[in-house]
Amino acid sequence: MKPAATESPAPDQGAECWCLRLYVAGQSPRSIQAFQNLKDLCETHLAGRYEIEIIDLIENPRLARGDQIVAVPTLVRKLPEPVRKIIGDLSNTDRVLVGLDLRPRG
Amino acid sequence: MQTGPQAVSHSPGLAKCRTGICGLDEITEGGLPQGRPTLVCGAAGSGKTLLAMEFIVRGARDLDEPGVFIAFEETEGELIANVRSLGFDLDDLIAQNRVALDYVYIERSEIEETGDYGLDGLFIRLGCMIEQVGARRVALDGVEALFTALSSEGILRAELRRLFRWLKEQGVTAVITGEQGQGTLTRHNLEEYVSDCVIFLDHRVNNQVATRRLRIVKYRGSRHGTNEYPALIDECGLSVLPISSVSLDHRVSRERVSTGIQRLDAMLGGQGYFKGSSVLVSGTAGAGKSSLAAAFADSVCRHGGRCLYWSSEESSAQILRNMSSIGFDLGRHIQSGLLHCFAIRPTLYGLENHLVRLHKLVVEQRPEAVILDPITNFAAVGDAAEVKIMLTRVIDFLKKEGITALFTSLAPGTGHGQLEHTDEGISTLTDTWLLLQMVQSAGERNRLLYVLKSRGMAHSNQVRELLFSERGIDLADVYTGAGQVYAGSDRLAQQARDQTAALAQRQAAERRRRTLQQKRSGLLARIHALQAQLDGIEEDAALAEAQELQRLAAAACAEAELAHARYAD
Repeated sequence: MKPAATESPAPDQGAECWCLRLYVAGQSPRSIQAFQNLKDLCETHLAGRYEIEIIDLIENPRLARGDQIVAVPTLVRKLPEPVRKIIGDLSNTDRVLVGLDLRPRG
Repeated sequence: MQTGPQAVSHSPGLAKCRTGICGLDEITEGGLPQGRPTLVCGAAGSGKTLLAMEFIVRGARDLDEPGVFIAFEETEGELIANVRSLGFDLDDLIAQNRVALDYVYIERSEIEETGDYGLDGLFIRLGCMIEQVGARRVALDGVEALFTALSSEGILRAELRRLFRWLKEQGVTAVITGEQGQGTLTRHNLEEYVSDCVIFLDHRVNNQVATRRLRIVKYRGSRHGTNEYPALIDECGLSVLPISSVSLDHRVSRERVSTGIQRLDAMLGGQGYFKGSSVLVSGTAGAGKSSLAAAFADSVCRHGGRCLYWSSEESSAQILRNMSSIGFDLGRHIQSGLLHCFAIRPTLYGLENHLVRLHKLVVEQRPEAVILDPITNFAAVGDAAEVKIMLTRVIDFLKKEGITALFTSLAPGTGHGQLEHTDEGISTLTDTWLLLQMVQSAGERNRLLYVLKSRGMAHSNQVRELLFSERGIDLADVYTGAGQVYAGSDRLAQQARDQTAALAQRQAAERRRRTLQQKRSGLLARIHALQAQLDGIEEDAALAEAQELQRLAAAACAEAELAHARYAD
């Protein structure tokens, strides 16, 4: 997997930082699962150039409105633009990569 | 149980939550089931969003129940603008923290589904808003948009089921709208989850005229009207016409109201129409139907009553002008607020819409009399059966309210039997039926009036001629004879002829009297002459008698003297 990871993000390769925000609702198993999956994926594909912000909607319910959060967990790619949203526990790595534009669609 | 804290109800059954929507609370016998979700379904444009919005706004504004509105199809800005035209100031209610509005938006192309998820985001947003305004009501408008946005139907169904259960737990009364599907109430079978109360809104087009109808499909644990009820969306929002009472138990009045024409009153037992009865004035074109209606309107207003004049042919200004030409100053009554003219083409709306409008106007104005002039034009909007149903509803409604109703109707033709027949077939429903007829004779047309029927009063069986002048309407006796009815100048001619004939008769009688007199005097003269003759004869006879006696005496005397002379013994 390692070689693929270094190759595939070629168009985005640069100094830019990946700014990711993960919305969860409390410490549910699904939330924890999603966070773990995200962490693994970033370490694999974006090592050293990503930051993850976790927002627990149970603590900050008002923040759900801003990013139009309906489903939980939702991962929002704030940077690089355009904004992307990925919902679910991120267990389907292929779809996450497609959703983050780390792998071409189709 | 999760009934709301103010679970108060007039019925021992289910606690109900008033919607505040005109008519809907009557049909549902108190409102929607309190603390439970209600599904409102219907095709696009049937008024689902409006119903949901009115439920929230009226609750927050009039019934002290703050609410949350979640839109899945329109943005906050669009919603606020849309309902502003109905007089709902959502901005203000939001500023007062009585209503919370949110737009939930998911664009499928921007979203990737990667495994298991829940709709906690929606729950949290909803919960946060309920808490913020202390909501007692929630509306979810177009929640099915989630099905197009998210692909895993299994998760969605489970989550929606959880959502509606959660709403019940919150003790809020909810309205959920869903688009009608093919052969199902909603496209995604929301009725499977929201089954306490289901309202169906229908929007049909017949003869190019759109009609809205509302039906309660089900209402668990409560009685409700099961018919399709006509609904209307106008500048005041949604209203439904609760035509629940088709029973014949309205109060009956013995009071009378003047027809506005003295001699017509006289024909109707001397006092005019019964108050609260329905009157049909039918006749051919130009026979004076509207004028009779105007006379009645004028009379009602002059006695201080309110009158609603619903015209479907002429504009208000035209009615005023035309009626002032026969001495009815209706403008005065409009200024004093007693008369309300409402001119509208029947083809503008469906029949039900007219019914709802009339209903609303009557409820607003509380008139003593309602005039529909004419009802004939409704036939353009619906078929005969529908028009009859609609007019029956109007009559029933007005009778129930004790309002005198006057309808005018154009008779289809002048042929035999056609006059005594209306296209609308409502003649059996009306209490008094006046028939106006034009008769043509001697190169002119004149108006005749008959009282065809008038229930419950001794009414005249006479035909009268209707006379219009700038002083008003009057009735004149017509000349009948030899199967002919004389009216107009014929009547005048007949009057003159009658006068001549009477004069001739008088003269003839005089002549006869004179002749007899002459005969009598002749005879008397002759009697005198004969009497004189008789008297002469009598005199002669007496004289002769006296002479005879003298002669006899003289003779006796002479005889005695002779005997003496002879010394006879």
